[in-house]
Amino acid sequence: MYRYDEFDHALVQDRVAQYRDQVERRLSGELTEEQFRPLRLMNGLYLQLHAYMLRVAIPYGTLSSRQLRKLAHISRKYDRGYGHWTTRQNIQFNWPKLDETPDILAELAEVEMHAIQTSGNTIRNVTGDAYGGVAADEVEDPRIWAEIIRQWSTLHPEFSFLPRKFKIAVTGAPHDRAAVRFHDIGIIAKRNWDGEIGFEILIGGGLGRTPMIAKTVRQFLPKRHLLSYIEAILRVYNLLGRRDNKYKARIKIMVHELGIDEVGEMVEDEWERIKTSELELPAEEIARIEKYFQAPAYEPMVGEDTGFAAKRFEDKAFAQWVRSNVAPHKQPGYAIVNLSVKPEGQPPGDVTDAQMDAVADLAETYSMDELRVTHEQNLVFPYVKQAELYELWQKLAEQDLATANVGLAGDIIACPGLDYCSLASARSIPVAQRISKRFADLDRQHDIGELRIKISGCINACGHHHVGHIGLLGVDRRGEEYYQITLGGAPGEDASVGSIIGPALSSDDIVDAVEELVHVFIEWRREGERFLDTYRRVGAGPFKTRLYEERFNAAA
Amino acid sequence: MPLLKDGAFADDSWVQVADGAEIPGDGPVCVSLKRWRAERDELMARGTQIGIRLTSEQTPGQIEDDLRHFGLVALDFPAFTDGRSYSNARRLRDRFNYQGEVRAIGDILRDQYWQLSRCGFDSIVVKEGETLEGWKAAVSAITTPYQAASDGAETVLSLRQRRMAAGR
Repeated sequence: MYRYDEFDHALVQDRVAQYRDQVERRLSGELTEEQFRPLRLMNGLYLQLHAYMLRVAIPYGTLSSRQLRKLAHISRKYDRGYGHWTTRQNIQFNWPKLDETPDILAELAEVEMHAIQTSGNTIRNVTGDAYGGVAADEVEDPRIWAEIIRQWSTLHPEFSFLPRKFKIAVTGAPHDRAAVRFHDIGIIAKRNWDGEIGFEILIGGGLGRTPMIAKTVRQFLPKRHLLSYIEAILRVYNLLGRRDNKYKARIKIMVHELGIDEVGEMVEDEWERIKTSELELPAEEIARIEKYFQAPAYEPMVGEDTGFAAKRFEDKAFAQWVRSNVAPHKQPGYAIVNLSVKPEGQPPGDVTDAQMDAVADLAETYSMDELRVTHEQNLVFPYVKQAELYELWQKLAEQDLATANVGLAGDIIACPGLDYCSLASARSIPVAQRISKRFADLDRQHDIGELRIKISGCINACGHHHVGHIGLLGVDRRGEEYYQITLGGAPGEDASVGSIIGPALSSDDIVDAVEELVHVFIEWRREGERFLDTYRRVGAGPFKTRLYEERFNAAA
Repeated sequence: MPLLKDGAFADDSWVQVADGAEIPGDGPVCVSLKRWRAERDELMARGTQIGIRLTSEQTPGQIEDDLRHFGLVALDFPAFTDGRSYSNARRLRDRFNYQGEVRAIGDILRDQYWQLSRCGFDSIVVKEGETLEGWKAAVSAITTPYQAASDGAETVLSLRQRRMAAGR
């Protein structure tokens, strides 16, 4: 993984000192809260319902064991002994004290971490495929480009007061595990007809109040031009993005209102003028960054490990876990392991300090000291030997991190909701917990197959409900929590935005409703179909009929 | 209000003339784009330096052909959270190769000094009562930036390349 050199270290130290001064000026009253707000937000510090919340950047979701131990330490010393993995591969601490936040950042800097641009109207922490560097279907390692973008975007002087936040995601594989089509800029590394690797650039995707799928602004961009092209997009957006209405300020609205062709022309015009500037990436710098992401020292192995195959045969629970939680690795004899942070009935994505320490130890032993955070709020061990999977599985089970539900009904994404967030209309976490309990039977989850349930507590859509196969949106109905259901959303290469299927249902009914939707799917599915496939084939009809004509009172 | 220029408080030789106000007899004057368009010939005939004020809605592209007449372009920040003038300053410097003074006016916090300076601004109108020490600390908050901008500052990339070239 990337390691800081003295320049990276110096920059982060500078930023800690700068932020410490800003906090001191706030505490002394020199800065008003209004003046301090955008400054703290640029450093990931929010004011929530009950306390401050600090969001720490985990660039493209990559962590070392040492970094994870530091996060565990911070949660113990400055918070309440837990953290929360976010859908942008970051971690949030929910109870820090303002005057201690500079110390937290100083501790983070010791392990090459920071909270820069995890909030605010800035270029946010760049995200990427959590399987970067190890996925069997990868064309290019996205981490190289995510790191190059991280450095370019960090404290970019021109783009710290954009019309609105700006999110960039990178993938290097045809199977999109980074939801790049729902980002302000989505970058897909691919080969052109000549076999050269470059990037397809998409802009204007996003969720929130107005979900939109990103549109391609350039089919193929040579690698060396990546930064100049992104800078051109940002400059056009900074100047033309709407600033009159916060809800219309994202680039997706600009692309929607002006059209992709007009925006594309402006971007290309700007790019033509800057592409041969200092932004053109020197081959040596690309090579320097690539070195950090070279394949680790794999042990040469031929084909699948025989002991692994035997254990799958002998132990049904292990085989089940392998089926849902283990993914194919590009290196023979190795596997990618997903740690489910969604045990039955627990808040999705929460992790205790003890779990973090344990995971750090396990990553050190079984995954070459490295792990990843996924945008689905789980963790990944990228370098596990097949021969050690059984042992690792047993040890993960001791930490309650081996639930065989990754990609299944229990693997729910939920925003913090009304339990934490001042914007929320309804709670998300308790609904996720109830659904998780309802589908606790793992055999049943495996029979249902891939099912993405995503829950947002308000229309800002932090729980990504628009791209859930089943999406739930919390709404406030005369002081009562109701949930609107959308069906058919998908975040990946077959991106789609879910459609609302009928009136919102009460909190009492919503879990039954989700179960009924699954019943309808089971009745209608054909061999090998996922929930999403069946929905796309048969349409909303049977689902609507079941919920609103047969099961629940639509007038509710 | 005090003027911060090239890292020190400086006398302001420019007179900012409001749209309805009378233009002084001599000395450098700075006017709005509207006034420049309406009174271009009269202003040119004065034979003194002319500056122009642009709101954050206006762009240097609108005055591209006239830029050579201006000794000062003042870019406004109606609120410090409105970041358009950063991009406008960069276009002035990098696209139009404007060599005159670029000044930040409006709502500006000292925390923005390093950003302004990196984007090609060379003067800032600051609020009364601010200390030079505070502003100096702010502009040097980040020693070496990652990315190139309009100030020609040494970047992390250029330092790394130099080190690589030296074989270290």
